[in-house]
Amino acid sequence: MSIRVQSQPFDMGFEVQAFTDSVPGAGAVVTFSGLVRDEGGSLGAMEIEHYPGMTEKALQSICDEAIERWSLTDALIIHRHGKLSPGEQIMMVATAARHRSDAFEGAEFLMDFLKSRAPFWKKEFTGDGAEWVDAKQSDEEALERWGSET
Amino acid sequence: MIDVRYFAWLRERIGERSEQIETNATTVADLIEELRTRSEAHALAFSDMASVRVALDQELTDMDAPLGNTREVAFFPPMTGG
Repeated sequence: MSIRVQSQPFDMGFEVQAFTDSVPGAGAVVTFSGLVRDEGGSLGAMEIEHYPGMTEKALQSICDEAIERWSLTDALIIHRHGKLSPGEQIMMVATAARHRSDAFEGAEFLMDFLKSRAPFWKKEFTGDGAEWVDAKQSDEEALERWGSET
Repeated sequence: MIDVRYFAWLRERIGERSEQIETNATTVADLIEELRTRSEAHALAFSDMASVRVALDQELTDMDAPLGNTREVAFFPPMTGG
């Protein structure tokens, strides 16, 4: 399992290949990457703040739970912080399992939990100034289907 | 002595990343009552508690949690990762 929190960009193609090479027994690899939306051209930049130390622990615990629940061969989370431009990659997850349904569900679980349980905060910069992004009720509701207390 | 840390708009409203606090508070809620009296900025930051989350020694918890031997308390808004 691998957790990386970094300000530098990452190369999705390289990461997926390296992850795939590291899970020889798996029959399925699912990957997801999240990008900075340009919001119809109005967004100038996004800044992501995090809580060093707690961030890694929270991601680790979410990852442990996903591996356990879906018997994943392995999982990877990369999440960036700092200032990002529209179109840039913010984060990625990859999961590997014997069968695709476990890999898909494990990846969805990782995404749902890291959105509202890992200590990251997004701030958007537009022509009108800067504003912290509000958490969405729908993100909180997305956790309920997993019936977990993490 | 307890290390209190602030993130995102709580950090901006209070104007500090962290502060060392001498406290006799036994729960998070008691500590917040004390912090509110430190300045108008603190009072404002803790005026809408529906928008504040807390972690004790880097573990998410709730406002009723006992402080016990906690060394680091962090306050921040609901998280927006992903």
